[in-house]
Amino acid sequence: MDQTNIDDIYRDRVILDHCRNPRNTLPVERCDLSGDAVNPFCGDEVHFQISLSSKDLIENVSFAGDGCAINMASGSLLSEAVKGLTIGEASELSIKFVESMRKSDDLSVDHEFIGELSALISVKHFPVRIKCALLAWSALEDALST
Amino acid sequence: MLDVEKIRLDFPILTKEIFGNPLVYLDNAATSQKPRQVIDALIDYYENFNANVHRGVHTLSVEATDRFEDAREKVSSFINCESSDSVIWTRNASESLNLVAYSWGEHNIGEGDEILLTPMEHHSNLVPWQELARRKNAVIKFIPMLENGTLDMDQVDDLITEKTALVSAVHMSNALGTINPVRELAEKAHRSGAKILVDGAQSVPHMPTNVQELNCDFLVFSGHKMLGPTGIGALYVEKEILESMEPFLTGGEMVLEVSYQKASWADLPMRFEAGTPNIADSIGLGSAVDYLNGLGMENVREHEKDLTAYALYRFRKADLEGLDLFGPDDPNIRGGVFSFNTPDVHPHDLGTFLDRMGIAVRTGHHCAMPLVRSLGVAATTRASFYLYNTEKEVDILVDAVTEALRYFRDGPN
Repeated sequence: MDQTNIDDIYRDRVILDHCRNPRNTLPVERCDLSGDAVNPFCGDEVHFQISLSSKDLIENVSFAGDGCAINMASGSLLSEAVKGLTIGEASELSIKFVESMRKSDDLSVDHEFIGELSALISVKHFPVRIKCALLAWSALEDALST
Repeated sequence: MLDVEKIRLDFPILTKEIFGNPLVYLDNAATSQKPRQVIDALIDYYENFNANVHRGVHTLSVEATDRFEDAREKVSSFINCESSDSVIWTRNASESLNLVAYSWGEHNIGEGDEILLTPMEHHSNLVPWQELARRKNAVIKFIPMLENGTLDMDQVDDLITEKTALVSAVHMSNALGTINPVRELAEKAHRSGAKILVDGAQSVPHMPTNVQELNCDFLVFSGHKMLGPTGIGALYVEKEILESMEPFLTGGEMVLEVSYQKASWADLPMRFEAGTPNIADSIGLGSAVDYLNGLGMENVREHEKDLTAYALYRFRKADLEGLDLFGPDDPNIRGGVFSFNTPDVHPHDLGTFLDRMGIAVRTGHHCAMPLVRSLGVAATTRASFYLYNTEKEVDILVDAVTEALRYFRDGPN
């Protein structure tokens, strides 16, 4: 059985690991911002609660979600990535990540900038699954725009 | 018995490879593949007798009209209609259902009237009735479903009352595979003066269909699920009812006489076919019917029943931890539809995994959202068979699902 192809998406076990053990699932003590996103076609959901330490510094994130491995991993990875960023930085990260996912080539991806989120970039090779990776980012945008 | 290996040679797409693996096409409940004969019929039409129908005196138009009406005859005999005037061309089963809801429902269902459905309806046999009920203040009721995915027929007598105007039921569920006793439903409906509609989208392609024996008032189905092209479907309506129905769409082709002020309607079946019809695809569907008749629908059903029994056996033998297989476990009341849930692996991940191995399955709610929700899941994975599928393909599926569950549990080797 040839698994090279399937390993492209679930490689390095990062996605499977984050899917099975999603990070930051405890509720935040104080919720300053919250955001939700639902994909009505497949029923996947992502919810974020964010607490800020000063006016715009993300201190803690709570992630709740339901759905496929890519959706869950994306939500979990995102929750890790935005902790400690300012709202402005989180927005910038979001824009860059979504942009990388929508571009057809891999060369334009700034892996250093997006860090561990690189694991999700492989989803680009599975066009029908890109929306699974992006749902969490819609929820983040929803939270940041409140 | 079908000679499946010989049949497979007729389907050009079945030689395709997906990611280096032979295609195992198990999404037949969504749409079937097409044999060379059907593809050739379409090419033949466009290359040799393309013309508009019913209106030209020229040779091509006469030939196109003959072939077009000949296709209607074929479809009519295929479901054993008394007359092909009872067969209306539509785009698909959904359009057929909407035609009935508007042309018949609008004038025959009123405030407080009841429409009886099953919980396993495709959205296409649910939403048009919801909309009609909303417009008319009518009431929709459902026949309860038992744990094994069959209807609780004991309750039907209490549910059909003099208020019931229509019983509309799917013959074979696209999500569970359940084959419903629609003949019994027809009897019960008629006994209290209600009409019965049978959604044959999944049954007409897979088993012999006889509208006179079923004693149904309406039957809807789609061409593309029965080896035909997309964009062509049919509606059968019992003649007396059809004659009493108002047109659905109006305009050209469906009129007898038109003045600047008013129009009178053409005879059946053209009264229900406004505009230039889908000539090529009707002819294509006629050719699909020829192909199916060549095999014999009894044989098609037998083959799929054997395949269903084999798949049930293989899934049971694999004994996959936590795998929930929905639908009845008796192949006599089940079509070749296998919907299942794997708690530890989301259907979309499983679907992607199987796709990389060349196996095409459907994941999601299968346009039966309320049903899938009632099973306690957001989505299922569905494998559905047709006449060209083999036991070997069932093996490939079951082995691949087994491997996927291991992969998502233990990670890559």
